[in-house]
Amino acid sequence: MSDNNKMESMIGAAALMKSLEKEGVKEVFGLPGGANLPMYDELGKSNIRHILVRHEQSAAHMADGFGRVSRKPGVCFATSGPGATNLLTGIATAQADSAPMVAVTGQVPVAMIGRDAFQESDIIGMANPALKYSYQPRTPEEIPIMVKQGFYIAETGRPGPVLLDIPKDVQQNEGKFTFPDEVRVPGYHPWADPDITNTARAVELLLSAQKPIILAGGGVIISSAFAELQSIAELLMIPVVTTFKGKGSFPENHPLSLGPIGMHGHAEANKLMTEADCVLAIGTRFSDRSVGTFAEFEKNLKIIHMDVDPAEIGKNQTTSVAVVGDVRASLRIFGKMLMDKAVRTSDDNPWLKHVKEVKQYWRENLKLHPGEMGAAKILRKLRELLPKESIVTTEVGQHQMWASLFFDAIHPGTFFSSTGLGTMGWGFPAAIGAKTARPNVPVVDIAGDGSFNMTENSLATSVLEDLPVIVFLINNNSLGMVAQWQRTFYNRRMVGVDLKKCPDYVKLAESYGAQGLRAQSMDELSNAIKTALKSDIATVIDIPIDPEEDVLPFVAPGTGLKDMILPS
Amino acid sequence: MVWAILSIKVENKPGILFKVTHLFRSRNFNIDSISVGVTEDKKYSRMTITTFGDEKQITQIVKQLDKMIDTIEVHRLDVNNSVYRELVMFKIKVTKPEDSMEINKLASAYSAKIHDAKKESIIVEMTATPHQISAFEELAKKFGLIEMARTGITALEREKHEH
Repeated sequence: MSDNNKMESMIGAAALMKSLEKEGVKEVFGLPGGANLPMYDELGKSNIRHILVRHEQSAAHMADGFGRVSRKPGVCFATSGPGATNLLTGIATAQADSAPMVAVTGQVPVAMIGRDAFQESDIIGMANPALKYSYQPRTPEEIPIMVKQGFYIAETGRPGPVLLDIPKDVQQNEGKFTFPDEVRVPGYHPWADPDITNTARAVELLLSAQKPIILAGGGVIISSAFAELQSIAELLMIPVVTTFKGKGSFPENHPLSLGPIGMHGHAEANKLMTEADCVLAIGTRFSDRSVGTFAEFEKNLKIIHMDVDPAEIGKNQTTSVAVVGDVRASLRIFGKMLMDKAVRTSDDNPWLKHVKEVKQYWRENLKLHPGEMGAAKILRKLRELLPKESIVTTEVGQHQMWASLFFDAIHPGTFFSSTGLGTMGWGFPAAIGAKTARPNVPVVDIAGDGSFNMTENSLATSVLEDLPVIVFLINNNSLGMVAQWQRTFYNRRMVGVDLKKCPDYVKLAESYGAQGLRAQSMDELSNAIKTALKSDIATVIDIPIDPEEDVLPFVAPGTGLKDMILPS
Repeated sequence: MVWAILSIKVENKPGILFKVTHLFRSRNFNIDSISVGVTEDKKYSRMTITTFGDEKQITQIVKQLDKMIDTIEVHRLDVNNSVYRELVMFKIKVTKPEDSMEINKLASAYSAKIHDAKKESIIVEMTATPHQISAFEELAKKFGLIEMARTGITALEREKHEH
């Protein structure tokens, strides 16, 4: 028995802190309240840094952003009742995008559970479908093993959020503890063994295709399979499209890169995706936003599906070959099989020639907004001035889709967005979480005004906790994506979308002690970006744009990728 | 549409029935019947769930259940190679004295037991396949079916090979 296994006496809350420290937790995002005071008291005595938020939803998003960037679970703390329910949107966001997170909530004392006590909510019941797993210890002694298991579950296999809901008396009561170094979770098998037979079949199928394409999803980023993906694409000279969540899995300045497919995918990506006869789809769940209608997508297309989650195979699309397992491990075997076969493809084939032509055509001919501050121009300017290793998050809406279209993610795993749940207000706190994980690189939240409104009070956290991020605020004074749908599908009957130039974002930033800059020309924009990059406090760059600018191309919901609407 | 019997071994802990049924709800699947009880090992319970769906849906349900951390084993039983039974209670109306005798006869034909034989009603207990239960139900309706309570199916697969 190691020293670690000696019994130690302490209260539950102290055991929680010790367990978190053992998991390597250096910071938690949270807000205290009645039912988690014992935790906060022990947090104050520990070496863990507390980052105070102004709303628990932001704590969850910060933990999420931290988790996506570091690929270790981000930790958020909230009290019982409303504190816990405020985390819910953040938990559901992390679940939808497979982000590792451990949320710790206070709960009313065990004897009060079920009595509708003050600030009591059945958070485990409420959050259940949005959680990978949950725990509610009834004795302090259970805490260390639950923390150990919780971290293991949150970060392995397909990552996700885990909730630890700790009744106040369980935090306060003294217990005798051992801290396990390893845990077993009997019903949990995060990784299948590499599937050699199916990988060999996948190789054969891909090599036999006339018009192959690679579709890289978020799983490539989660499993860090960047190099493996790139070497296979280059070896076989196969063009790469990504899902929106897969943006950043393959360098978008690479000659084989076609960018994201989907509702607001690149025209060339959508077009060539529909022409391909075989797709190697890696770490993707075939979201409706990526593939349009399911039946239309799989028509005349052989699908090779690699994913860590067996339940994703066949969920939305019919596959010809499925390879279940960690996609990095699967791609390594795939790559080795190609090497053994000494396969090499030259770029002198009709499909690749066609791919190059289509790509070039759309890169030169996609009609853009004519104004000086058109979305494409401002985002390309940001890309030009921002160091390649910078982390970018986005909010949800038009700006997000413009970022997908016009902001190239070049370095691996540098672009993050709420792609699944589509949570407005995610990007800013997630950027603060990302900055916590990666303090030495610039972090930018590409934002819209509607989304920024939702969590703008995180400016206090960014300023006071010295976690300076840049908010690149593409401001059209409206809920722009909804406005676009109203213009397109509802005969321009504009309802509830005009935000009436409120608030003044420069003054808002300044009132929090942050820097507020306004950019109304490209020169002002360049200066603002440069100033923000040099600044050591949070900066909001307010960029007024034409509220009538639409995001195009656009694949209308319920239609296929081939039906995309292009700028006229 | 096919009918499937799913046999799910879970940890015998509070809250797991909730999670399993919640999964069916949130994934838009239907539970046709459900029965739960402890296994030979007190650490585990077995849930037997029957459901309808197309093959793709059934496969998806099995995979989603398998993915749940609290499930230890998930099997879709081979309906043709399983013993599956349901327990049912019928409270049948007795209007005239001959009814009582006829219900008794019918019960013995179905190997059912008679309980609480009163002047106005008889309770019949029967363990059978859903098909047999439906057949008996039709016959019972002729007398007047006052109430019926069913447990849902429980099942075990037969050994595949002779040893």
